[in-house]
Amino acid sequence: MIYDTSTLAIHARGLVRRYGDLTAVAGIDLDVRRGMIFAVLGPNGAGKTTLLRMLATLTAADEGSATVMGHDITTAPQKVRASISMTGQFASLDEDLTGRDNLVMLARLWGFRGGAARARADDLLTAFELSAAARKQVKNYSGGMRRRLDIAASLVVTPGVLFLDEPTTGLDPSARQGVWRLIRQLAESGVTILLTTQYLEEADQLAERIAVIDHGRKIAEGTSRELKAATGSGVLHVTLADQGQLDAAADLLATHLGNVVQRSPEGAELSVLAGDAIAANAALSALIADGFALSDFRMGAPSLDEVFFALTGQNDASRQPVIEKAVP
Amino acid sequence: MTDITAAPVRNGRADTGNVPGIGALHHVAPPAPPGPMSNALVFGWRAILKFRHVPEQLFDLVMMPIMFTLLFTFVFGGALAGSPGGYLQFFLPGILVQTVVFNSVYSGMGLSTDFQKGLFDRFRTLPIWSLAPFAGLMVGDLLRHLIAGGIILGIGLILGYRPEAGLTGTVAAFAMLLTIGFGMGWVFIVLGLLVRTPMTVMTLGFTILFPVTFASNIMVDPATMPDWLRSFVEVNPVSLMTTALRGLMSGTATPMQIGLALIAPVVLTLILAPLVLWLYRRR
Repeated sequence: MIYDTSTLAIHARGLVRRYGDLTAVAGIDLDVRRGMIFAVLGPNGAGKTTLLRMLATLTAADEGSATVMGHDITTAPQKVRASISMTGQFASLDEDLTGRDNLVMLARLWGFRGGAARARADDLLTAFELSAAARKQVKNYSGGMRRRLDIAASLVVTPGVLFLDEPTTGLDPSARQGVWRLIRQLAESGVTILLTTQYLEEADQLAERIAVIDHGRKIAEGTSRELKAATGSGVLHVTLADQGQLDAAADLLATHLGNVVQRSPEGAELSVLAGDAIAANAALSALIADGFALSDFRMGAPSLDEVFFALTGQNDASRQPVIEKAVP
Repeated sequence: MTDITAAPVRNGRADTGNVPGIGALHHVAPPAPPGPMSNALVFGWRAILKFRHVPEQLFDLVMMPIMFTLLFTFVFGGALAGSPGGYLQFFLPGILVQTVVFNSVYSGMGLSTDFQKGLFDRFRTLPIWSLAPFAGLMVGDLLRHLIAGGIILGIGLILGYRPEAGLTGTVAAFAMLLTIGFGMGWVFIVLGLLVRTPMTVMTLGFTILFPVTFASNIMVDPATMPDWLRSFVEVNPVSLMTTALRGLMSGTATPMQIGLALIAPVVLTLILAPLVLWLYRRR
């Protein structure tokens, strides 16, 4: 895509970061338009956090260049810092202080004077529904409250870009919904949001554009609709009558269609990208010819999970969090 | 969560009686950027708040020196100096040095905790003077040294310790103590930057400090020590500091003694302050 770079919040080319022998980020280009929610999606260890830390000036890039809100991350880091906020993976708060003290401290670091700093802190506490807990030490906050305070702490001054590293990891479903709503409201107000997530559902729900990252490389980018379309439209779902035959049937489908077969966690269902109905039909015939008893089959559009597995070619147990959500 | 979008907003503040919501927070431009001193003062304020919220840290700081003072004075004092009172007169300036030196470990632990919690990641994404968090740490340290030193001196006075140099000597001695604490603080800030867990910082710190404080002239006159040990004790910076502090409090300090005591804090600051900055930027 071609954008006028002045409308870009983030413009990165060939970012590389190595840790010893490990290349955490292996050459990533990224263009994020101002005012959008952009999700960086990938499994644990894909390089999402390192990418975010480079853009937020926390980690130096070994190669490549990037501008954030028009400022170069290497030559003008202090200007970048003045136009961003970052909420890390772990609540970056002083647990011994109260929620209010944390916000007052940050407001004063930004340059608000005594009374103005306290007023700003109180506004944030009210907006994030933390007024009741304002004078409690952060160590006594629940996970959802910490997350809210952490995001509030990033909004002491309205940032041009807000970086959110796995904003809902470890939250219960209702707290997660609350954080999602916050993120949408912020985006509506014009804040550009770059978030990382390992939850496909989160990227699907929130983000206008998604970059899929694996092993330090960007392997796909687009809207969730584009990503799904690019992977082909036909996903074949097969339910077996006999669960004991699951492995053998999965092997057969994999060899026939040349794609990774995904097993639904519950029940004897297999899902695999078939490409088109003719290929699906041939695979089904082969299953029946080999004596597998099918209780159900259907063709459908791929979910983002399936897109992800098709792109990364991975479906092993270590990546379980990614398929935590059942296929819709 | 209730609906937090639809609330009337005027001048960026909510009307009373309404939930302002995220809408109230939009587009707050940064005020004029504050100077380095202002940044550092905010971190100092944080250190002071910590005392209010975690007063038990004072207990950690003063329990050991209080026990040492009581034990050495009453158990060993008579044997070492003829009488507990005589020993206390010798020992108290030394235990003040030991207290300050051990206290510096806590700032390293605090730093390691802050890093572990990701707090410094937030500080580092703020457009502030990059050394400000450390300046704040130092403010907290100096405060800790003052409070702990004051408590130990108070107990000493109750037990019968009398500084011959009076108030002037005592104030000079405390100025010296703060300088020592400032210099030693860098060692543990470096450790805090390098070591992942606060507990390891503490263990490492005590491993370094126990031999250095015991193989000194804090508890006993080194005259009875074997030659090889005595030659170490005589150049041990902790001994030099203790000698100077004794001198200041008894009014007999020579400029030479004071100069020797200041070598270690000055050298540590000159070497370690740039190292801290380098480690911090590299992290």
